[in-house]
Amino acid sequence: MADETVQQPQAPAASEGGSPRPQGGRPPRSGPGGGPGGPRGERKYFRRKKVCKFCTEKIDAIDYKDYRLLGQFVAESGRIVPRRLSGVCTPHQRRLSRAIKQARNIALLPFGSGSRP
Amino acid sequence: MQRTYELMFIVRPDLADEDVDKVISTIEAQVTSAGGTLKNVERMGKRRLAYLVRNFADGLYILFTIEGPGSAISEVERRLRVTEPVIKFITVRVDQEQKRLGKVKAIRDSRRRGQGTHAQAAAAEAAQTAEPPAEQAPAQA
Repeated sequence: MADETVQQPQAPAASEGGSPRPQGGRPPRSGPGGGPGGPRGERKYFRRKKVCKFCTEKIDAIDYKDYRLLGQFVAESGRIVPRRLSGVCTPHQRRLSRAIKQARNIALLPFGSGSRP
Repeated sequence: MQRTYELMFIVRPDLADEDVDKVISTIEAQVTSAGGTLKNVERMGKRRLAYLVRNFADGLYILFTIEGPGSAISEVERRLRVTEPVIKFITVRVDQEQKRLGKVKAIRDSRRRGQGTHAQAAAAEAAQTAEPPAEQAPAQA
């Protein structure tokens, strides 16, 4: 919230300068990838350039037994984190999802949050 | 067709050690009688379960690596369902995945080893292609 109040004086200035520009308007608020705390006023299309953790570390085998690694991609509610938030590439996300579901079946990961007191 | 499977099951935590051993040997016998071979037995220890299973909060995890046909696995699973101390199990087929991993590793190793030779071959090719045009150009000119 502090970020937004600081940037608000800047944002109108950017829009006034931006209207004569040939590019069509500012990206909408929820624009590319939902950045942290709202838009910065600049038009960045790939915010934060999130990379796939498995591709960079060259982890080939996503094992259902490795609950620590899998737990990084599971929210507190127990739900699988979507690809656009975690930055995982599609083939790895598919394998990850399969491994998480296998781990859930063998009680290494929870199905939901309210199951344990 | 010999397929490789990983069978992970959870045994009740309130069993004594020798009872656990008995359960393991019973299942081993079932695997061999059904036509499979047991490659590896790993005890992963007592762990807290992510949710209550038959009112148990923890359990003993045991992992079997089995090689055998699919019929053997279905037979073992059928018997596991009625085994009282086993509260949960999952069978995962791993031979396809290991085949893929082997391929990826082979590609990566060959690429790494070939980087030195590849660079030399590329340099040699570049030298060869540079020479003939140089010869042709003075001939034409």
